[in-house]
Amino acid sequence: MNVVADIIALDNAQPTAPRRIGEVMLKLDNVSLSFGGVKAIRDVSFDVRRGEIRAIIGPNGAGKTSMLNVINGFYHPQQGVITFKGEQRSAMRPYVAASQGIARTFQNVALFKGMSTLDNIMTGRTMKMKRGLFWQALRHGPAMAEEIEHRAVAERIIDFLEIAHIRKTPVGRLPYGLQKRVELGRALATEPELLLLDEPMAGMNLEEKQDMSRFILTVNDTFGTTIALIEHDMGVVMDLSDRIVVLDYGQKIADGTPAEVKADQKVIDAYLGVAH
Amino acid sequence: MDFLIQVVWEGLVAGVLYALIALGFVLIFKASGVFNFAQGIMVVFAALTLVGSYEKMAAAGFTGFPAAMASIVVSLAVMFALAWLVERLVLRHLVNQPDIILFMATFGLTYFLIGFGEAVFGGDPKIMITQQLGLPTGSTEFRLPGFGPNGKDGLVLIQHIDVAATVIASLMIAALALFFQYTRIGRALRAVADSHKAALSVGITLNQIWVVVWFTAGIVALVTGIMWGARSDVSFGLSNIALKALPVLIVGGFTSVPGAIAGGLIIGIGEKLGELYLAPLLLGSTMGRGVESWVAFIIALAFVMARPQGLFGDKIIERI
Repeated sequence: MNVVADIIALDNAQPTAPRRIGEVMLKLDNVSLSFGGVKAIRDVSFDVRRGEIRAIIGPNGAGKTSMLNVINGFYHPQQGVITFKGEQRSAMRPYVAASQGIARTFQNVALFKGMSTLDNIMTGRTMKMKRGLFWQALRHGPAMAEEIEHRAVAERIIDFLEIAHIRKTPVGRLPYGLQKRVELGRALATEPELLLLDEPMAGMNLEEKQDMSRFILTVNDTFGTTIALIEHDMGVVMDLSDRIVVLDYGQKIADGTPAEVKADQKVIDAYLGVAH
Repeated sequence: MDFLIQVVWEGLVAGVLYALIALGFVLIFKASGVFNFAQGIMVVFAALTLVGSYEKMAAAGFTGFPAAMASIVVSLAVMFALAWLVERLVLRHLVNQPDIILFMATFGLTYFLIGFGEAVFGGDPKIMITQQLGLPTGSTEFRLPGFGPNGKDGLVLIQHIDVAATVIASLMIAALALFFQYTRIGRALRAVADSHKAALSVGITLNQIWVVVWFTAGIVALVTGIMWGARSDVSFGLSNIALKALPVLIVGGFTSVPGAIAGGLIIGIGEKLGELYLAPLLLGSTMGRGVESWVAFIIALAFVMARPQGLFGDKIIERI
């Protein structure tokens, strides 16, 4: 139970030790994806290093969400190779991606609306729970012990995200900002190595954005979770990320540190438009 | 008055059994968005497997309660194999197809099961092995003082099998509810029902869930088959009761387990009362057998107009 220890450590978290950015964890080479005649991603290559916060930005329709969908296996690219933790494949399957440590959140929040906050987060533990149907049906013996153990993890995540007051509330009734937080909790419950966040701060007010930024930084710092995120708020992106990849019309137009990307003429053109 | 009590009791029992069939539909509809037309034939197929395998064992000299229990195990194994095959051969290949395609696939499954069932078990009606299963038969007459006509004692006749059916159905529904609420697979089932992509993103495998759901629907079908079979007999005509599940679902809502139960009771009692009160009103006779067959659909029609999502169903809100 690594995460339990980690989260306990988190409770008395001190100002953090210097972060360590490691080897390349995820690498995409010449990935292309099209839907019929629409080319969503054209020949894009980039990598994500272990421990870093990597942002993917770009104007609307640039192919950012498609990129995340390729990484966690919802879309299968027509061309290109994905290398995750040293293993090459032309396409992931969502189940394989999840079991190998890729978790994600969605742009438009995809929670299980009828279920409580706690149950939503518990679904994130599904893969970690192994007791068979028989024991579960009896709700006895090993299955019961397992349930309690994972419940403890879920409760820790709930405390960390400061959503204890809504743990029994069906998430469909929660305001949008809190739903985003529950969704993050569900993703964390899978103990991901790579966390994909699709516009984690869309539609939030300033205070909620600050909270969410704090959670993202803490997750990255304390658990060493690698994070790839899409975000439109440039202030947030520049503050949070180590490196940024910029997409426009499905092509990569820039890749580098926030300072480099900010100064890149192609990026400025893509965002502000060019005089013809 | 005693007659009314008798009628309401019979409606209640019928209602519980309608609720069981509707439950089979709701389980599959929630988890895969498929309206499983084959649920009715699954009831017949499960019951036939039970009686058929008992007959085979009886022919080999193995009879009585142990043989009946062994037949139950055989039937469960067959229903599991069916669930596994449906997932492997049908559903898996139709993921992300429009609902109508999946619906048509369940039509195909229905006719396959009819043909396959006839080939294996023959087309003749069979007698349910009620006694061998240890289910009670016979009936008890209750005397209700002052409930009869003109202040006489009223008489209510209660079939023991009806009591057993009600108790078993209630226990099974309660067990299912607990299973869905408190176990990992139960949670995963509800998760899949809510959002496929979110379920995939946390590593829930749809394939496994579908097998579990179809198997659960198979167990429900087996119980339903035993109870209905004990009341009439086991034949392919039994699958017509599945049509009664349709008004039940419209009243209760397609996505709600409590809805299936409430809907079942409303339809069950409603159609018996309809027979009792509507028939004299419309036909001027108390021999209104025909009323029972359509009154359920009239109730459903009223619900469609007043509350299209059913009593407990999710309200349909479209963003424009």
